[in-house]
Amino acid sequence: MNHFSIQNIRTILNKHKDNKTPLLAVMEELQSYYGYLPREMLIMVSERLDVPLSQVHSVATFYHGFSLHPQGEHVIQACTGTACHVRGGIHVLDHLKTKLNIQAGETTSDLEYTLETINCLGACAVGPTVVTDGKYEGHMTTSKIDHLLEKIEQES
Amino acid sequence: MITLTINDKTIHTQVGRSILEVARDNAIWIPTLCYHEALKPYGGCRLCLVELETPRGSRVVSSCTFPAEDGMVVHTNTKTIQQSRQIVAQLLLARAGHVPFIRELAASVGVNDTPYTLPQDTCVLCARCVRACQEIVGMSAISIANRGSDRVVVPPFKISSADCIECTTCVLVCPTDAITLDDITDSSRTVHEWQSEYARGACRLCEYTLNGN
Amino acid sequence: MKKLDTPQELDAWRESCKNELDHDRLRLRVCDGTGCRALGSQHVLTALRQAVNGNNVEIMTTGCPGFCEQGPLVTVDPQQIAYQQVTTKHVHKIISDTLGKGEVISELLYVDPSNGQPVTTESELPYYKSQMRRVTDLNGQIDPHQIEHYIAHKGYMALSKALYDMSPDGIIEEVIRSQLRGRGGAGFPTGVKWKFCRQSPGDEKYVICNADEGNPGAFTDRSLLEANPHRIIEGMIIGARGIGATEGFIYIRSEYPLAIENLNIALNQAREHGLLGKNILGSGFDFNIQLRLGAGAFVCGEETALMASIEGKPGEPRPRPPFPAQEGLWGKPSNINNVKSWASIPSIIANGAEWFAGVGTEKSKGTAMFSMVGKINNPGVVEVPIGISLRELIFDAGGGIPDGKSFKAVQFGGPLGGCIPAQYLDTPIDYESLTDLGATMGSGGLVVADESTCMVDLARYFMNFTQEESCGQCIPCRWGTKVMLDILTRICNGQGEKGDIETLEQLANTVKTASLCGLGQAAPNPVLSSLRHFRDEYEAHVYDKRCPSKVCWK
Repeated sequence: MNHFSIQNIRTILNKHKDNKTPLLAVMEELQSYYGYLPREMLIMVSERLDVPLSQVHSVATFYHGFSLHPQGEHVIQACTGTACHVRGGIHVLDHLKTKLNIQAGETTSDLEYTLETINCLGACAVGPTVVTDGKYEGHMTTSKIDHLLEKIEQES
Repeated sequence: MITLTINDKTIHTQVGRSILEVARDNAIWIPTLCYHEALKPYGGCRLCLVELETPRGSRVVSSCTFPAEDGMVVHTNTKTIQQSRQIVAQLLLARAGHVPFIRELAASVGVNDTPYTLPQDTCVLCARCVRACQEIVGMSAISIANRGSDRVVVPPFKISSADCIECTTCVLVCPTDAITLDDITDSSRTVHEWQSEYARGACRLCEYTLNGN
Repeated sequence: MKKLDTPQELDAWRESCKNELDHDRLRLRVCDGTGCRALGSQHVLTALRQAVNGNNVEIMTTGCPGFCEQGPLVTVDPQQIAYQQVTTKHVHKIISDTLGKGEVISELLYVDPSNGQPVTTESELPYYKSQMRRVTDLNGQIDPHQIEHYIAHKGYMALSKALYDMSPDGIIEEVIRSQLRGRGGAGFPTGVKWKFCRQSPGDEKYVICNADEGNPGAFTDRSLLEANPHRIIEGMIIGARGIGATEGFIYIRSEYPLAIENLNIALNQAREHGLLGKNILGSGFDFNIQLRLGAGAFVCGEETALMASIEGKPGEPRPRPPFPAQEGLWGKPSNINNVKSWASIPSIIANGAEWFAGVGTEKSKGTAMFSMVGKINNPGVVEVPIGISLRELIFDAGGGIPDGKSFKAVQFGGPLGGCIPAQYLDTPIDYESLTDLGATMGSGGLVVADESTCMVDLARYFMNFTQEESCGQCIPCRWGTKVMLDILTRICNGQGEKGDIETLEQLANTVKTASLCGLGQAAPNPVLSSLRHFRDEYEAHVYDKRCPSKVCWK
């Protein structure tokens, strides 16, 4: 996990200085860099961009791409799009919940895994689709999930 | 000057006013909840819907946001409008049936009970407080967090906001008394919902004095 | 490379690009789209690169041609031998047998389910034969990272024509005459929309590409964005010229990382070559495009919510009027079109309105892209003339229903659309016919249901989706969809009560009439259309405590 530095946040803010309304773009970049948006960071963003903190908080809680809490080392996303649904994506998600012992949107207490549902990834023809740390896996089944989790364990 | 008809009544009025404003000036009743004269129209509660006759059939619009135009034919009380108002009122009753104002509002459109169940709350999310804080006071100390049915009005991170200037405008514009102002001691007051506590005294913006009013 | 200053320089460059792209060359085209990647195409690609190292074989990565189900796809040129479901273990055989000896590997060929015969070449695949690929013709044929490939295939020729041979009004007239209708779902005439924006007073105007394809189960925009981003960019520059806009935005959902990557590369290439930015092609016209990423909110596909999001706010729609053409982004006149609409523009300008309107129906011209998923043999993206029947789309291009099961219905337009049952299979697909049936063209996403799909469960699934995605600003959508979902969940759990169906129907009608924006107004469509066509399934759940498709319970 990256610890946030004021210097780095400044760099990110600077990158978007030509953007007329940079709030979302800045928050997206911070989210992808740090995995979450702590309050202190958002206060700084609010001050530097001269946007009321209440608006920053609205944006942070409106869009599901933002998290106010730290994410796990590995982020596992199960697609809940229609095609994945009709191909039994719900069983894949249920299996992930059981294996990791958390609900969707939660992080394991050891900060190893975050489980998320994600709206359609557009990989519909190969569903059910699961994304682990940005890597797409098609035609998922419960046994493939076991295999996938074992692989992550071994690699880390 | 433009001329329009509302419920078969011919009305002359100036350009640039909403259907709701024109109707009210002419004593035509349209129920509202999120509308407030001092705030920009929001179009959120959908109680003020009216039906327009257009060449391509009828069209349902919110009268608070839709400008009155020349030649317009407006109906405020059609069967469609009545039904949609009643269902909105039933949803409001499911949320805040314990609030006298909501019960009166529902009764005004002919609804006294509801077939629906929703988590109860005194706040009906009309956003009058949030808009007043932004548009009138200019502080934006509070805002809406989350989306959909999880919406809630809060100060940022649910912690007392440094932007709050204790003007209590939010308390004044709240239609359901969801925001309450209480005296803690003789010299201090609190707005419970925002966890802001402050000394009784003059408002820093308008010098309105809370003491002894 | 120096910036192109004249149309002649562009023509000269095209000639050299054409020579580079030698069609008789030995070449492996490997699909590198999202679908094939999820099936392991990148391992295949790495293995192929290692294996051909040093040989005179070109490896071209392409975007998604749409035939996702059979991926990873590898096509051998110049013979166009189409290999499907290629894995790393096939790599050496492809190199030694096909490239070395010119032999076809039969186990990698697609087998036509209708006659059991293997199909050797790309153009013979039944999947492509039933299509008319006008917007998608280059998908899978070119490398989206190489602007030279697009240029060689007449890329930016329409832009050159629009800048030098046409007036802004002439551009708009051409689009109006083509009768192109918005491919985002509503079907409003694109040219007329442009004209409103052009006529709006103001020096500062914006054009926006809506690439927030949030409809779960639709990926037509993704395939275009990944496979041929330059066509969308070219369409936007032409539109901006017509409208008089100086700045453009592409709002794309963050769930499409590959599309974002390809767009960024394409935008930079267009800028480097003087096709975007100041003084485009030396014409004096200035226009730039910026990318904006969504952050996970379906409602941002609604145009006023999308603009709020670009403005750095929560994606809450606002009532219209004022329309975006009058007061849009930052209060300035703005024009929003869908990815497919923008991508249709270059060929309309290059080939003329009559060419475009030469196919289609009386009121809906041109071709349309559809993505098909669910209980169908060939899930993927297709492009067909508007007006072909549902039967042709599902059974010819889509290859029919798998496992010998029977077709039950198709959900057209995703969570904001409706279902169409089997008795309407011969209905021509156009905007009006679909609306009459309680569905919508939507953004071209189809979900096919067979006898084992429960329509009540499907309606519940969609209602769960829209309920989670409602912004919550207006009461009917915020609480109405929640109550509807509660009722549907109860019905699907076998706890439906007498009166539930009627309450659901009444509520659905009001949410449709009274909601503030298009999301709320369309959210009840799956429920209303399934109640219209499959009411007996609801009744079986509520009164007989029986799920006819045995999905909700056995």
